[in-house]
Amino acid sequence: MKNILTLLSGLIFGLGLILSGMTNPAKVIGFLDITGLWDPSLIFVMIGAISIAFFGFKLVKNKSQTVFDEPIHLPGKAHISKELVIGSLLFGAGWALAGFCPGPALVALGAGYKKAFIFVIALIVGMYVHDHLFKACKKTNLH
Amino acid sequence: MHFSINWLDFTPGASLIGGMLIGLAASILVIFRGKVAGISGIVAGLMETGSLSQGHHRWRVMFLIGLVGSSFVYQLFAPLPVINIEASKSTLIIAGLLVGFGTRMGSGCTSGHGICGLSRLSTRSLIATISFMLAGFIACYLFLHTI
Repeated sequence: MKNILTLLSGLIFGLGLILSGMTNPAKVIGFLDITGLWDPSLIFVMIGAISIAFFGFKLVKNKSQTVFDEPIHLPGKAHISKELVIGSLLFGAGWALAGFCPGPALVALGAGYKKAFIFVIALIVGMYVHDHLFKACKKTNLH
Repeated sequence: MHFSINWLDFTPGASLIGGMLIGLAASILVIFRGKVAGISGIVAGLMETGSLSQGHHRWRVMFLIGLVGSSFVYQLFAPLPVINIEASKSTLIIAGLLVGFGTRMGSGCTSGHGICGLSRLSTRSLIATISFMLAGFIACYLFLHTI
């Protein structure tokens, strides 16, 4: 049951991305291009999503386990680091270049777009380089 | 520099409803699975090995099957909206590498920080969201209007 609900969550997430227009990189770039002909739609996606998820997260706020007895894992909220800011800046730059962030790229990949496939492969390589080479390298330098 | 709105492509209704579906999906995942719907973290977690919690990979695979399969399900009800990828292949590679590396270094992307984090009123996610939005605006300006 919990696996079906997880699959359903991924499915609804994707349907929301498609309906909202965010799977179209040209539309995302239309939002990021504030000095061009600006399309503010992305703000409405965020307002819609947060207006619902706010209550979802509120519901689990004081709970440590789900109804399926699994721990509820929520990351910390306060820690601000150099990595957080620099990483987010790099992400934002890449986001603007292609108009893709990870979710919409995976949906477009599922729809059979070859260019989305190229982006997703590079995305996975970038993640791997950070988590398995860059971070490991930093760890050895610290010792 | 001037400022004007693209009324033709502006879709407040569909974007709001689509956004609410995304919020619903994030709520289902945290309520029934105890996990944050951060796509970059979900994907990167698949590459982790070693001593991991039970079901570490399982829930990620289930979520991603739903996400990747969503265009198929959408097409059962309506034609898929246009997906216009203007970037060249080399631009897509550079962009993908930046997004992959950056989201891991910054511990999240538009979904994890922008939607889930802001819904939880996380200061950390607010800083991340401001950072990637700002970088997005600046990179877009440089890329489209100066180069």
